[in-house]
Amino acid sequence: MIGVAERILEVKDLKTYFPGRDELVKAVDGVSFEVYKGETFGLVGESGCGKSQTCRSILGLLKKPGRVVDGQIILDGQDITHLKEKELRKLRGKKMSVIFQEPMTSLSPVLKIKKQLMEVFDDTPMTRAEKQQRAVELLRMVGIPSPELRMEEYTFQFSGGMRQRAMIAMALGARPKLLIADEPTTALDVTIQDQIMKLINSLKQELDMSIILVTHDLGVIAQMCDRVAVMYSGLIMEMCDVVTLFASPRHPYTYALMSSLPDPANKGARLNAIQGSPPNLAHLPEGCPFWPRCTECADICKRERPEMREIAPGHSVRCHCLDKTAAYRGIIEAPQGKEA
Amino acid sequence: MRRLNYILKRLLQMLPVLLVVTIMTFLMIHLIPGDPARIMAGEKARPDAVEAMRVKLGLDKPLWEQYWIYLKNLVTLDLGTSMKFSRPVAEMIGERLPVTIALTLFSTALGLLFALPLGYVAGLQKDQPTDHAIRISTLVAIAMPSFWVGLLLMILFSVTLHWLPAGGWDATSLFSEFKCLILPAFTQSLMTAAILIRDMRNSVVDIIRQDYVDFAKSKGLSAGAVRRRHIIRNSMVSTVTLLSMRMAALLGGSVIIETVFALPGIGKLTYDAISARDYTVVQSVVFLFALLVLVVNLLTDIIYSFLDPRVEF
Repeated sequence: MIGVAERILEVKDLKTYFPGRDELVKAVDGVSFEVYKGETFGLVGESGCGKSQTCRSILGLLKKPGRVVDGQIILDGQDITHLKEKELRKLRGKKMSVIFQEPMTSLSPVLKIKKQLMEVFDDTPMTRAEKQQRAVELLRMVGIPSPELRMEEYTFQFSGGMRQRAMIAMALGARPKLLIADEPTTALDVTIQDQIMKLINSLKQELDMSIILVTHDLGVIAQMCDRVAVMYSGLIMEMCDVVTLFASPRHPYTYALMSSLPDPANKGARLNAIQGSPPNLAHLPEGCPFWPRCTECADICKRERPEMREIAPGHSVRCHCLDKTAAYRGIIEAPQGKEA
Repeated sequence: MRRLNYILKRLLQMLPVLLVVTIMTFLMIHLIPGDPARIMAGEKARPDAVEAMRVKLGLDKPLWEQYWIYLKNLVTLDLGTSMKFSRPVAEMIGERLPVTIALTLFSTALGLLFALPLGYVAGLQKDQPTDHAIRISTLVAIAMPSFWVGLLLMILFSVTLHWLPAGGWDATSLFSEFKCLILPAFTQSLMTAAILIRDMRNSVVDIIRQDYVDFAKSKGLSAGAVRRRHIIRNSMVSTVTLLSMRMAALLGGSVIIETVFALPGIGKLTYDAISARDYTVVQSVVFLFALLVLVVNLLTDIIYSFLDPRVEF
């Protein structure tokens, strides 16, 4: 599939910095990836690793004083890196849209659901009745029962899962080609999480769109994604298809993440937490940002930042010690011919 | 339907408050030093004349009966006769109420007119020069007493420029009345605007950071739609509450402003009545102010229930 498929999004060496009074926070520090048509691309990492800021950079919704200082973002063949707000807004909703983590705070508390749905069609030449009809259809599409009644309600009358469904309906109203889902289920409880993920997956088929799925949950990645990028301190550490990621991870950080998952074969065992804590993005260590917590750390790691290297087709890793990590075994068996 | 119930419920809740107000205004007459009957009859009246006045005023009856009569009269809008002008108080109030209501509404409207855009801009440009300038101006506006501002404006626009009347009331046409209200309304609106601007600014600062504003943008809404429907709409919720408190303050402030600008409103009447110890008038205007404040509060709660659907009915 990769190689022949068309790219919907290309991010090249994206750098998003937040200049503070006396320090510079490098939230995204040279991230490159592409998303192909029809695929779900996962961005995984700990809180504060820059995955959300990567998404906000793409959408042009960075909070002040954040700024894209370098790199390129190409959406459906169009360079949108330095587009003016006015131009960008024409792409939002129609070519790309987003669902946020917090359904509680992402919908306006004082407007009816109906109004928040219908405003998606602000620019579309439709009558009020047509817009209302579309709003009903959208709510039905995301599985909200008796949409005609529910859309007259306010968000505070909706449960968390319902709000997330409503937000999905709004995001998909104008049939975007790319949906950015920024931790869409983190704020929901587990049973609802599963429903929402299944909903997103079926809508992806139905509307033929691509998805960037941001999460810190490897389980969600395994369930949803085709390809995955593992982020750490504003950098992509490892990028490959999802099977390779779980079968033969090559970056010590990816491996550490896997090892921290509970092992069903070894119930009751202590979980292996990664030692230390993520670095302060304003004071990154010299060299590889992961070295202070890395089990394979060598001298060179403390001096030089490793480059992203393609070690197999479609599998890139940012690590100096690939010879040591070749012995890593993931948490699933590699299918024949997949092993890197 | 639920909203109608809510309004009826709020109206009923006003009754006990009004009752307490009547007790207080009723007792006011009895708490002030001096004997009303003697004041009415005149200082040099003979004792039997004072006694006759006492009977005429009903002050010889027991207190509870006097209160009951007072209540009955109040309900039939019989507010008694002015001690000084010997005219029915209801009539005097009826003549002056429109001026005060016009002044209050005009001041409120002007205040909002300044507050919404300036508060919005200050909030949007938080900690930038525009924001600092607006915030310092509001501080200055809050610090200046209204009678002083009124006098300054009078010197500039009436004495020096001759654009507007320095005071008084010219009832020849609606326009001449409007001209008489411009300076006092502007004077009064300054403080209101300043307080609302500060509140609006803080709301906007808070609301533009909210996820729902980003989400609204992500739907591809125009900047205007995001501003109107999401930022301003949500900022208004707290501003409206504050506005009602300001309207109550404006009613109270009318005593000063109407005196400075010699406007024939309730405020001026209050001032004159107090100066002349015209207790029946004072009693009635105090009750009227209380009633107006209650009505403003009720209206605010109704508007609020439209603005914020989370309000419990």
